[in-house]
Amino acid sequence: MTATFETARQLAQRTVVDPRYPINTYTLDPLWVLYDRILRIDSADPDDPNRDRFYLSKGHGPGSYYAVLAAKGFIPADWLDSVAATESPLGAHPDTTRVPGVEISAGSLGHGLPLGIGTALGLTAQGIHAPRVYVLIGDAELDEGSNHEAMAFAGAYGLGNLTTLVVDNHSATHGWPGGIASRFTAQGWTATTVGITDHDGLASALTRHTKAAPHAVIATVED
Amino acid sequence: MNATVAEAIAMRDVFISETARLLDDNPRLALVLADISAGEGRFAQAGVDHPDRVINVGIREQLMVGVAGGLALAGLRPIAHSYAPFLVERAFEQVKLDFGHQGTSGILVSVGASYDWSEGGYTHFSPRDVALFDTIPGWTVHVPGHPDEVTGPLRAAADSDESVYIRLSNRRNAEAHASPDGKLTVLKRGGQATVVAVGPMLDNVLAATADLDVTIAYAATVRPFDTQTLRELAGTTADTIALVEPYLAGTSDHIVNAALTDRPHRLLSLGVGREDLHRFGTPDDHDSWHGLDPAGIRASLSKFLSV
Repeated sequence: MTATFETARQLAQRTVVDPRYPINTYTLDPLWVLYDRILRIDSADPDDPNRDRFYLSKGHGPGSYYAVLAAKGFIPADWLDSVAATESPLGAHPDTTRVPGVEISAGSLGHGLPLGIGTALGLTAQGIHAPRVYVLIGDAELDEGSNHEAMAFAGAYGLGNLTTLVVDNHSATHGWPGGIASRFTAQGWTATTVGITDHDGLASALTRHTKAAPHAVIATVED
Repeated sequence: MNATVAEAIAMRDVFISETARLLDDNPRLALVLADISAGEGRFAQAGVDHPDRVINVGIREQLMVGVAGGLALAGLRPIAHSYAPFLVERAFEQVKLDFGHQGTSGILVSVGASYDWSEGGYTHFSPRDVALFDTIPGWTVHVPGHPDEVTGPLRAAADSDESVYIRLSNRRNAEAHASPDGKLTVLKRGGQATVVAVGPMLDNVLAATADLDVTIAYAATVRPFDTQTLRELAGTTADTIALVEPYLAGTSDHIVNAALTDRPHRLLSLGVGREDLHRFGTPDDHDSWHGLDPAGIRASLSKFLSV
């Protein structure tokens, strides 16, 4: 059976531990587009050195992430029914050492982009040029200074095998006057802004990179 | 006496030349810098020789450690290097989360030690680095006391998959004594106490104890600590032990005490104090202010041993 976006949405509902805290469904859209249309990753060969890398830096509320991993065959769907239970490998933040397909342990904000830069550099240094490294961060996560160290370096370096996807649900306390994309383009990145539920638009934005610069996609949640 | 910056071949020189050789020989090794040691006469040539594996991120220490973690995720063996306070303290959450928590490992090499650049003052001091590594699992810690004690741990670290911290200093003992297997080196046998001198503290300890009836053991690898030899030595000195460490006083107390829970024992812990002295001067001055010069160590030992 081929999983659809609706399959993933229903799977995500199974991760809800407490109905007062529903899943962050807005993250499901870009995750689905990434795993369904962009990432070259095979759940049957999850350690292939030539695979694309996807780093979920924003480790919070990973129900959608777990659902997509289940829909794509990385983890059994029945794991979704016991998130954060005593023996569950699925926590409220993902742990790379416990979940097949999860590339980094996340939770503390601002670690994914520096890790992604290191991996992008490390792949190139080994002559592995096919994969891209994709890092998903949140607009509030962008507050963390480590991201700004990373954005400045990656832009100046011209790190062409890196894409950052910023999920912008307008949660940054002081906002980003002038928009998030300009923060990236000022530092030498290419950037595209797209509505988060527009799957064709997301897929197009996620392939609009050049080989000479890192690329940012800002996926905005409608208020 | 401890020598200072003026020494011809410092530990950092050995680290730089040996790392350059290792980069030539080992295509898996990578080096991440944050401007410190990146210039001419340092790692500039290695950067030209290996542009893909010598990465200077600029003055960005969080990024430096995070990039090292990302290189490890890509299958490389990363070394990150800077002044100890910036490498370990400023970026400590990266040290904590970007290696072991990711299921990977790396090599961190610091310079500056506790107060090597004494003129620079408190911002460049890092007496608490080894204590910080004790709060996270799995790190091997080397504290060489002589430039000839750098190459062995560095080569071993490059060839391993362990997380390794190498704490370089401008201070040095007159001779190298480190045992290649990380065990304590016994330099003298006595009856009243087992005195463990760590890294660059050895010569001051030898000067302070020349006429004392004590065992002197030297440690250049402190994590894991050679507790087996310590237990054997302590058993010959009435389980009376003194630790002289070039970083925070008491850093290794918990290890010594855990190793001797089954035996009544006495422990004197000498090391750097926690105070911000707001003073500059020379490293020898700071030894004196922290009671780590020969006279200070002698005074503490005399009181402890009632001699």
